[in-house]
Amino acid sequence: MGEKVLDIKHVGVRFNLSAEKVDNLKDYFIKFVKKDLHFQEFWALRDVSFRVEKGQRVGILGLNGAGKSTLLKVISGVLKATEGSVTVKGKIVPLLELGAGFDKQYTGSENIYLYGAMLGYTKEFIDSRYDEIVEFSELGDFIHVPVKNYSSGMKARLGFSIATIVEPEILILDEVLSVGDAKFRKKSEKKIQSMFDSGITVLFVSHSLEQVKRLCDRAILLERGRLIADGTVEEVAAVYAEKTKEEEEGDRRRRIRRRRRRREKREQRERLKKEWSTDID
Amino acid sequence: MKQLFNNFKKYKFLLNELVKKDIKLKYRRSYLGIIWTLLEPLLTMIVLSIVFGGFYGKSDKQFPVYILTGRLLYAYFNNGTKAACKSIRSHASMIKKVYVPKYIYPMSTILSNFIIFLISLLVLIGVAAYYRVQPTWYLVQALIPLVLLLVLTTGVGLILSTLCVFFRDLEYLWGVACMFIMYSSAIFYDPAKVVKTGYGWVLEINPIYAAICNFRHSVYGEPMDMQKLQYLLIVSIVSCVVGVILFYKKQDDFILYI
Repeated sequence: MGEKVLDIKHVGVRFNLSAEKVDNLKDYFIKFVKKDLHFQEFWALRDVSFRVEKGQRVGILGLNGAGKSTLLKVISGVLKATEGSVTVKGKIVPLLELGAGFDKQYTGSENIYLYGAMLGYTKEFIDSRYDEIVEFSELGDFIHVPVKNYSSGMKARLGFSIATIVEPEILILDEVLSVGDAKFRKKSEKKIQSMFDSGITVLFVSHSLEQVKRLCDRAILLERGRLIADGTVEEVAAVYAEKTKEEEEGDRRRRIRRRRRRREKREQRERLKKEWSTDID
Repeated sequence: MKQLFNNFKKYKFLLNELVKKDIKLKYRRSYLGIIWTLLEPLLTMIVLSIVFGGFYGKSDKQFPVYILTGRLLYAYFNNGTKAACKSIRSHASMIKKVYVPKYIYPMSTILSNFIIFLISLLVLIGVAAYYRVQPTWYLVQALIPLVLLLVLTTGVGLILSTLCVFFRDLEYLWGVACMFIMYSSAIFYDPAKVVKTGYGWVLEINPIYAAICNFRHSVYGEPMDMQKLQYLLIVSIVSCVVGVILFYKKQDDFILYI
């Protein structure tokens, strides 16, 4: 048994879904006077508990809307859980939507400091690693150009280089990174692999069973905000495959039903048409 | 408390970076750059002096100094609070991705505006010298209204930044409120005239006027108006306490609305 780095206890996240978004005083006032302020509750996560030990690589599986992204947001601290507790030991680096924190008017090099500061690095640390970041991002002289003139690949490359310059204790990956061209992708995968090898803890969200099987040694499965399976990748993958099949089965049945309905309608229309034409004749 | 302090120390560098960014970007695209900070109040002062000095036939030779002191202090409050209104929403993409204490965002805009304001005070030194306003030891006490103005702007800025997340149109309402504050701050008229009409209480309850008034006393080498100073002190501290409490209570809901 290793050291616990992540302890999630009975976490639930509730959203208030209002039919229409009320975000200004005027609407709020009118709705308030008309007593029209309804909120619908929606639990994106409900009673989710699990522990992650140091060095584990956990795949988070689930269909769309299962609460995977919400779970990652809660772990990274961006979103606060409505109930339950999240305990994190060590530094988290989220590799989600690289470069989202960049300022468009700032140059690449200025953004290294800004984004680095946001990730909690110190000035001295960035100073000492600045060259390494620039070199890894392969931006060359573009580093002194405002980020608004960057291509999306360049932005992602810079974001990746800044985020992975530290050795984090916990790495959060949302889908496998497809950063830049084939060459850079290979390089970034190598970098991530070397982080894996150094024994960091990884949380990995993906729809692809194959990727999870390749990268992870443990998996959890979410369905409609609840944790329904937790175990080795093979076990959970089996449950997931079954769930997906069920879902597909449901989809197919629905599709068949829809097709049948359409056919019936068409036949009806043609019948009517025939009757009409015979009438005219 | 200790945790709060450690937290602040950890993110001091980020606060620095954000303040630097605000100031750098504000003037990056213009040829004159930071000179605009000095030129803009100077030009406004000239216009206001012509309109309210020339047209109304003011006899006061130091009238431009009078206008400039009021105008500079009001402009800081105006710019600082308005920028704070937008601070959370304009950093939405960062708030959604990376955890950072959220007070950093309104604080950085308020501080960057304060630094720009301090730079713009250089104009006042030049203009005061030109109109031969004698500097005295009373000038030192000018620091007090300036610091209190910063506290007041921080408090009001925190309140507005919180409320603006939930009510977008508050920004426009605040613009109107600021206009009222401007006209009731005696920037370009003599407050004695207003007092005569019986509306003196409007000036009395305006904390910005209290700051401007005491700042002027310091510039002109007179002792401060203690009653106004007391009032400014109380309003500043109360707004700051209310702002901090409101912000801390609501900050976890921000992400659901931006």
